[in-house]
Amino acid sequence: MTLTAETVLEVRELTKHFPVYEKGVILRRKLGDVHAVDQVSFDIKKNETFGLVGESGCGKTTIAKCMLYLEPPTLGNIFFNGKNVTEIFKKARKDQVLALRRQMQYIFQNPYSSLDPRMTVADIIMEPLEVHKHIPRNQWQDRMYELLRMVGLEDYHAERYPHEFSGGQRQRVCIARALAVDPQFIAADEPVASLDVSVRAQILNLLQELQQKLGITYLYISHDLSTVRHICHRVAVMYLGKIVEIAETDELFENPLHPYTVALLSAIPVPDPKKKTHRIILPGEVPSPVNPPPACRFHPRCPRRIDICSKVEPPLLEVRPGHWLACHNPWPSKSPAS
Amino acid sequence: MAQSTLHVENLRTYFFTYAGIVKAVDGVSLDVNKGETLGVVGESGSGKTVTAQSILRVVPSPGKIVEGTIEFEGRNLLKLSEEEMQRIRGKEIAYIFQDPTTTLDPVYKVGEQLSEVIMRHHSISKKDALAKATDLLRSVEIPDPEIRINQYPHELSGGTKQRIAIARALSCDPTLILADEPTTALDVTIQAQILDLLKELKNRLNVSMVLITHDMGIVAEICERVTVLYAGQVCESGTVEQVFAKPRHPYTEALLTSVPNLALRKEKLSVIPGNVPNLIDPPSGCRFHPRCPYARQICVDRVPELEPIGEGRLVHCHRWKELDLKSPVAS
Repeated sequence: MTLTAETVLEVRELTKHFPVYEKGVILRRKLGDVHAVDQVSFDIKKNETFGLVGESGCGKTTIAKCMLYLEPPTLGNIFFNGKNVTEIFKKARKDQVLALRRQMQYIFQNPYSSLDPRMTVADIIMEPLEVHKHIPRNQWQDRMYELLRMVGLEDYHAERYPHEFSGGQRQRVCIARALAVDPQFIAADEPVASLDVSVRAQILNLLQELQQKLGITYLYISHDLSTVRHICHRVAVMYLGKIVEIAETDELFENPLHPYTVALLSAIPVPDPKKKTHRIILPGEVPSPVNPPPACRFHPRCPRRIDICSKVEPPLLEVRPGHWLACHNPWPSKSPAS
Repeated sequence: MAQSTLHVENLRTYFFTYAGIVKAVDGVSLDVNKGETLGVVGESGSGKTVTAQSILRVVPSPGKIVEGTIEFEGRNLLKLSEEEMQRIRGKEIAYIFQDPTTTLDPVYKVGEQLSEVIMRHHSISKKDALAKATDLLRSVEIPDPEIRINQYPHELSGGTKQRIAIARALSCDPTLILADEPTTALDVTIQAQILDLLKELKNRLNVSMVLITHDMGIVAEICERVTVLYAGQVCESGTVEQVFAKPRHPYTEALLTSVPNLALRKEKLSVIPGNVPNLIDPPSGCRFHPRCPYARQICVDRVPELEPIGEGRLVHCHRWKELDLKSPVAS
């Protein structure tokens, strides 16, 4: 990815808090907020696959949902091709909202629950066409068959119901449905996590092929760093609602600077019995996002903690070209700064 | 020759459903030596879990063990009475389940669940059992075991719950632990903690273990030997070094090359075409043949033998001699 590439999406200071209330029905007091995402900013460039990694509960999915306004953000703005997404969804006319929805689509994690069991595959893929009415009705069927072939399914699959398909095939149907409106941007939320290992490669290759053919930009959410390394151009690492590091994929994997990224990378078992990795075991568990630790949220578990970490929050700064980091005491760099 | 703890031969466990007979485990053989960890690898539906359930004879209905021998320390478990089996379960063979959130009882405190196992197998007072439970929690590195013992499972995180499940498995000093995907439900950093703990316990207690997983990385890390399963049958088995350096079955090769590998970034992943077969009506001959890039007519017509090929390795393939399979690890 060249640095001059056009920016498609800009996320600025995105914050999402979910209120927590007392038990009961009426007059419930608010107890606090789940700080799901806190002041997150990043850009996604055209034709790029931008990876978002982190452990469960760190806010990956919330960011994606806010970007598509499936959840209204608490604070912050999202710009898509320069247009303010949040403003459009809040204030614009229905046809403008639909026009924006056509540009941004979502692939859900679990293809077993994101397809209506009572609709045939043809109905599922044609439903977006019915909602958006952006192409004439007499072309819907042709378009549906074209989409089926594009994702590697056969024409006869159109008459079938979701339960007749395996997980990988269902995910193909989900991808076809997302492609039905010719989106520029697709948020793929753990698209292979619920699939068998031998089927994952098929779906990852399909996503890459479609990107090359149609010029789609992806946000790829995953907790599995090995698939991220395979498919993403740039990667952001999240911890407890914050982005701690952003870099190009090779740079991030070869030269991680944030202690959390280093620990995360060292935690992955390598399928090579001869290679003994030096593993950094993080003590304890991810703290509750209702009461996140002050300053740097990673400091209670960090092996490189210094005094300042519990007092001042580290800002996300560009420490070398294209490599952003939020850390007071980064991991020693393996290669000299360029 | 190392002493054998568990010897499973030609195990067949079928499920008699209305739709037909599901041959979930169809002729599986495996060996676990004393103090050794055997990795059982395969995708969902390959029969890993049913094999483990068959060893403990806890196959859920409508499943039945139809054939085979399971020899544990010289006794054939399939010949024992239910009462004798109950004395083995939890005491000599312990089981760690995949999902710690569903295997701990939500209505009992942690201490009660641990002491229940201890009291079931030893004549010991409740007070002593609870004290032993506290020690066990300490041995699996749970901080503040005195507090944890009085908590309910919902108050604990996934990683802590899995540690408790491990403590429960260890409570009667078993000779063999069956660990069924013990880290699949956990996050990577927590998985690293649990793998570290399992390795440490294995070295300290010299216990034999069958570790069921779908992750070749985990196998490489903590197992000595590995058995690869596909569609209820063994593809190959051998030591971890042998299998990773020189896979002999096309499915093992495919497993090693189709999984994205952190160390090696490639432009395109090699793909195993198709899907896991339906076990009511499995493919004829070799069950992997519809997805195998090396399949010939013989693979469609005849079921291959599980052949010993020397150095303790077994291979279930007609063409292993002629094939030169590659491992991404060896290069």
